[in-house]
Formats: sequence, C-alpha cells, structure tokens
Amino acid sequence: MDLVNIFIKSAFLENMVLAYFLGMCSFLAVSKTVKTAIGLGVAVIFVLGITAPINWLVNTYFLKEGALAFISPSLAEVDLTFLQYIVFIAAIASMVQLVEIIVERFFPPLYNALGIFLPLITVNCAILGGSLFMVEREYAFDETIVFGLGSGFGFFLAIVALASIREKLRYSHIPAPLRGLGIAFIVTGLMGLAFMSFAGISL
Amino acid sequence: MDQIAAEKEPYWSPKNKKLLTDPFSDDNPITIQVLGVCSALAVTTQLKTAMVMAVSVVVVLVFSNVIISAMRNTIPSRIRMIVQLLVIAGLVILVDQVLKAFAYDVSRQLSVYIGLIITNCIIMGRLEAMAMSNKPSASLLDGLGNGWGYGVILIVVSFFRELFGAGSLLGIQVVPDALYEMGYENNGIMLTSAAAMFIIGVIIWVQRARNPKLIDAS
Repeated sequence: MDLVNIFIKSAFLENMVLAYFLGMCSFLAVSKTVKTAIGLGVAVIFVLGITAPINWLVNTYFLKEGALAFISPSLAEVDLTFLQYIVFIAAIASMVQLVEIIVERFFPPLYNALGIFLPLITVNCAILGGSLFMVEREYAFDETIVFGLGSGFGFFLAIVALASIREKLRYSHIPAPLRGLGIAFIVTGLMGLAFMSFAGISL
Repeated sequence: MDQIAAEKEPYWSPKNKKLLTDPFSDDNPITIQVLGVCSALAVTTQLKTAMVMAVSVVVVLVFSNVIISAMRNTIPSRIRMIVQLLVIAGLVILVDQVLKAFAYDVSRQLSVYIGLIITNCIIMGRLEAMAMSNKPSASLLDGLGNGWGYGVILIVVSFFRELFGAGSLLGIQVVPDALYEMGYENNGIMLTSAAAMFIIGVIIWVQRARNPKLIDAS
C-alpha cells in the first residue's frame, strides 16, 4: 500500500514538471507533437527508473556518512556526501548515453525528432532532482524504484498533456507572435497553478 | 550552425560578429532555443541572485566552450557526454571556490544555485551544438553571446518578479510606504515559478511581435 502511495504521490501530487517546475527545457521544446512527446516521455521514465535506484546504491554504500565501514572499520568516519552532485551526474550521463545509443540504433525517426534534447536528458533537472529528492526523503530501495518510475510517469503524463493542448491550440485564434513557444510557456504556467491545488493533500 | 569557413577570415568578420550578437535577439538561448529555462525559473525571484547567476554562467559557458572545442577531435563520440560533464563540473567547482574565497557572503546565499549550473542545459546545449564542431575562437564568441543573451532575459524577468513580488530592487525597497498604506499589496504569485513562465511568455510575445520573421509558422 505504501508503494502505491509513493507512486501516486510522485506522479501527481509532487509532479516533477508541474509542481516543482523541473525539466522545463525539454518539456517545452519537445512538446510540439504528441508523437515526439511520447518518445521523450518513455525515455525519461526509463532513465529516471534506472538512475534513481543506481544512485541509491551508490549513495548508501559509498557516499553516506559511515557508508564505507563495510570495507574497513577505520573508514567508518568518512563522509563523501560532498561528492554527491558529481557522482550522481556521472551515473546519469552514462545511462543517457546508453539510451541514446539504443534509440539511434532502433528508432532513427525518433532520434531525429528529439535532436539535441536527447543528450540533454542528462542535464534535465528532473532526473538529477529525482536522485536528490530520493536522498532527501530517505526512501528505502524498493521505494526508490517506485519513486523513480512514478516521477518518470508524471513527466510522461505532463508532456503528453501539454503536447495535446498545443496540437489543439494550432486551430485557435492566438495572436501570431504568441503562437508556438510563447503560448506554451503561458499554458505551462497555468497548468502549474492548477497543480498547486494538490499542495494541501496528504496521502 | 555552419562550419566556420576559411582560415584567413578576419576575426571580426560579419559571420563572427553574428555569433556574438545573434543570441541577444534572433537566436536567444531562452526564448528561441529553449535552453536553460529551469534555472531561469529558480533564480529570478531576486535581481541580485539573477545577476550573479548570469555572470557565473557566462564564465562557465565561455571556458567550457573553448576547452571542449579545443579537444573536439580527440573526444570519442560514445563517451562525449561524460567528458563534457566533467569539464563543466570542474569549472563550476572552480567558480564556486573563487566566489567562496573573494565574495563569501554572496557565495553563501548562492551556493545551491552555483552547483546547479552543472545541470543548466544551456551549457551542454551549446557544447553539443557549437563547440563539438567548431574552432575555439568561434566557440569563444558563441559562449560570450549566448551567456549574455541568457543573462539579459534573467535580469528582465527578475526585475519584474522582485518589483511586483517583493516591492524592492536589489534588496532595496522601491515601492513607497505611502502606497502600501493606501492598500497596495505585493503580488504573491510573482514569487511562484508560474509567474516566471508568464513573464517569459510575454517576453517571447514582444520579441516576436517586433521581429515577425521569428514567428512560429506551425
């Protein structure tokens, strides 16, 4: 039951994109059509679902204060938390590189549609945010897996929702200079305001 | 972007000048290329943090562009992201240490944001799009141009957010007390990220209205 709660919470109440405004660049740039949005969404679910558990293992067995005690008792005092950023980002970068190779090999049209925003998943703050939140909230290993998948799913839902809205907006009367990116920014702001109504709910 | 052509091209050729000036208007990193939006939301509640962030990003962007561009022929493409991130992370740590040594107060206020430059997609975005395929001299100009193009948007957004959200600029109160007594109140929504989205949306609107060739046809 707890795991279901964490999934729902990370996907809806604490949605990475609409509640915390993380991962905005690719969210806005790749949401022109539903098709590419689904592609990026799946890639993000995959990367978040894998990097959160990997970083959990790295953090618990290497970085946390006293984590190195299993090597030798003399290392029990060592605290490597200051390396968190760089180690997490290195793990993320290697996973994204892997995803890029897979997508390039098996889905060339998607690879071309995502363009520069595929390598930029590395610096998508939602991914690093996932790892940092996981540490901050002290999740256990199984909870971390669910949290990673849930946050990824939340990103997927949000980007598909925005892409659908943008496809509809193409047929509405919007001042020409506001078309495309401009209205996407404003719509995202409104969606974010709507998500604030989730703020008080606790599961 | 095209490969920079002949070797003997003068340094201030129109093409190189364009690299420097385009990011201010026609090719702005935030409003046209959609890079670095997250940090633009996070650091723009106050003018001061936005300014320090802008300067730090320019420094990191210029140096990482030049370094990666100088190494571009030796980086294997399969591990290029890790190499890029190591260079960025190293430079960010350097900036952080310099700020700690020479401007300790500012650094204490900003420590989190400085660390977040690593995940600012504008830097990796420019490395991928420019530095990996161009000479160091051109990449240097590109870094300067994009860094300031980014900084300008940051400063405009934070100006409005601090003015309407907190009634101050650079931490100094500018909305007179008399106005508050008459019933004026600070607009709390300006302090949320959603307001930054609205302001950037409006900036895009103004920019494209002034320059119709940027209008999105689709």
